[in-house]
Amino acid sequence: MTDAKKPDTPRTEPVQSATFTKSVNAEIRRAADTGIYDIRGGGAKRSVPHFDDLLFLGASISRYPLEGYREKCATNVTLGTRFAKKPIELDIPITIAGMSFGALSGAAKEGLGRGATAAGTSTTTGDGGMTEEERGHSKMLVYQYLPSRYGMNPDDLRRCDAIEVVVGQGAKPGGGGMLLGQKISDRVADMRDLPAGIDQRSACRHPDWTGPDDLEIKILELREITGWEKPIYIKVGGARPYFDTALAVKAGADVVVLDGMQGGTAATQDVFIEHVGIPTLACIRPAVQALQDLGMHRKVQLIVSGGIRNGADVAKALALGADAVSIGTAALIAMGDNDPKWEDEYQKLGTTAGAYDDWHEGRDPAGITTQDPELAARLDPIQAGKRLANYLKVMTLEAQTIARACGKSHVHNLEPEDLCALTIEAAAMARVPLAGTEWIPGKGI
Amino acid sequence: MTTIDITEQGLRYLNETLQQQSAGTNQKEWDIINPRGSHAIAVGLDAPIQVTVNGSTGYYCGGMNKQASITIKGSAGPGVAENMSSGMVVVEGDASQYAGATGRGGTLVIRGNAASRCGISMKGIDIIVAGNIGHMSAFMAQKGNLVVLGDAGEALGDSLYEARLFVRGSVKSLGADCIEKDMTEAHIKQLAELLERADMDADPAQFRRYGSARQLYHFDVDNVSAY
Repeated sequence: MTDAKKPDTPRTEPVQSATFTKSVNAEIRRAADTGIYDIRGGGAKRSVPHFDDLLFLGASISRYPLEGYREKCATNVTLGTRFAKKPIELDIPITIAGMSFGALSGAAKEGLGRGATAAGTSTTTGDGGMTEEERGHSKMLVYQYLPSRYGMNPDDLRRCDAIEVVVGQGAKPGGGGMLLGQKISDRVADMRDLPAGIDQRSACRHPDWTGPDDLEIKILELREITGWEKPIYIKVGGARPYFDTALAVKAGADVVVLDGMQGGTAATQDVFIEHVGIPTLACIRPAVQALQDLGMHRKVQLIVSGGIRNGADVAKALALGADAVSIGTAALIAMGDNDPKWEDEYQKLGTTAGAYDDWHEGRDPAGITTQDPELAARLDPIQAGKRLANYLKVMTLEAQTIARACGKSHVHNLEPEDLCALTIEAAAMARVPLAGTEWIPGKGI
Repeated sequence: MTTIDITEQGLRYLNETLQQQSAGTNQKEWDIINPRGSHAIAVGLDAPIQVTVNGSTGYYCGGMNKQASITIKGSAGPGVAENMSSGMVVVEGDASQYAGATGRGGTLVIRGNAASRCGISMKGIDIIVAGNIGHMSAFMAQKGNLVVLGDAGEALGDSLYEARLFVRGSVKSLGADCIEKDMTEAHIKQLAELLERADMDADPAQFRRYGSARQLYHFDVDNVSAY
């Protein structure tokens, strides 16, 4: 064109769209190339209001603190006091969430059991049944009762310490699972009664009950099979926490496990992880409200999970009314998942340490989310267990530090009054005042 | 013969007593009276005992059974013999939804009809139904055999894995990835054994066999319309 701008005419600087970002465009191209949605592991990666948006106020003239290292700040928690003859006694209010043998290697499951046991807490099976490694190395083991019922049997029900009826999980409320064929070793296949090497779907609904009235009967059956000994948890994904919690109580739960959208999964569609379910921070107060409205707060215990990373997160979840928290992703990282020491191999997989989430492909350089014997051999379960125990210890010390600063002799004495929020969104979700104000958005003032 | 009256003695007493029986127990025969549609009757048993329930049951009768032989002299509510791994459960009347759900072994015999989702997600159990079965039966069925002397409802064997389905009557429709397969001599022999075990008089040659086309075993974008 002859009327092109002269070389010396100032030009508009190239501007990347905030809507069509580089990663959005890359995903459009990937979809156009392959004709299939992206599947990955992990939880929501997008930025959502979280515990970092809350602060503790600490002690001041009107509140006095407890002395660190001298004055006691207890951390124990008892789960299952409502109906179970044998409630679970944990030393710390941090449990290990359900992750399947199949998604994880046998050694990784053993490491989780070792770490949890050393720290005085429980670990949890997953979709695929109970392995000897994890039963043997877990002092307290929660046995998940899932829609697929892979590996479900009455003997394991009786040798577990609690039963978790899984209705949903935060990464994908309303979704089932898919374990791709490359992770289906003969052992995994045998435990699931399916041929080796084929893709295995985990159903999204239970096969023999629908709705809270049926669930109540299902729980009766499980209690009758196990002599009313075991605490029965109901796990739900963060969707409608007020009603889900109330209905779980109605159905007879001893414990409600509530998993926000940052909670991980072994594999599901990225669009599901990022666009279905609500943040962990937004789950807690409605659930606690439901328990309080029913007169069941502290009688039915509440475990919160999804994006718990440190003792501050633990303390904040407890202050908002939870009885305990649960970790999954953080436990894997403690054991070595996404460690930069494997950076060369992450690069070969087209990713980088910290971003690796193709857990379903079974090629985990850290040897955790794999069934490949060579890769799995990279994880020493004893060392992994020690690392996890250390991490749990640090989280507990951190939570105690905060609790003492707020003058609490037990971490459960933390309360919403100890908190303020940095953002209006977090203030509304956590129902605590915006820092420096008395304003709680949504309180009708 | 020992009699337990559920109305008088309670469900907890019933299950605890039956669960305490060991392999060598002398009390082989148990008579349950007044079930009155109670849920979770005779669940979690693990001994070679014979239990007769005199009347109809609610949800999950015989749930997670091992070894025991349970006869329901009436109809059974949802999830009868769910997740059973061995032994035998016989329903003399009809069975409601999800009969034999996720069953891993043993034999479930239904002398009447079974409602929808009979044998859902079955993992090795053998289910023999004298009458008809409802829609979506054997959904995601993994292992074992489902034998139907009557007709099958819509979407039989949807998303089937390796379970075998034998139907003598009509099949309203087959679910995704479920196809009719040849009846070989081996299948006829196996079917004859299943019919004999269920004490049912039928000619194996009159049945048709259905199973998985195995086209959905690996996710393929070209199959999305089937899901």
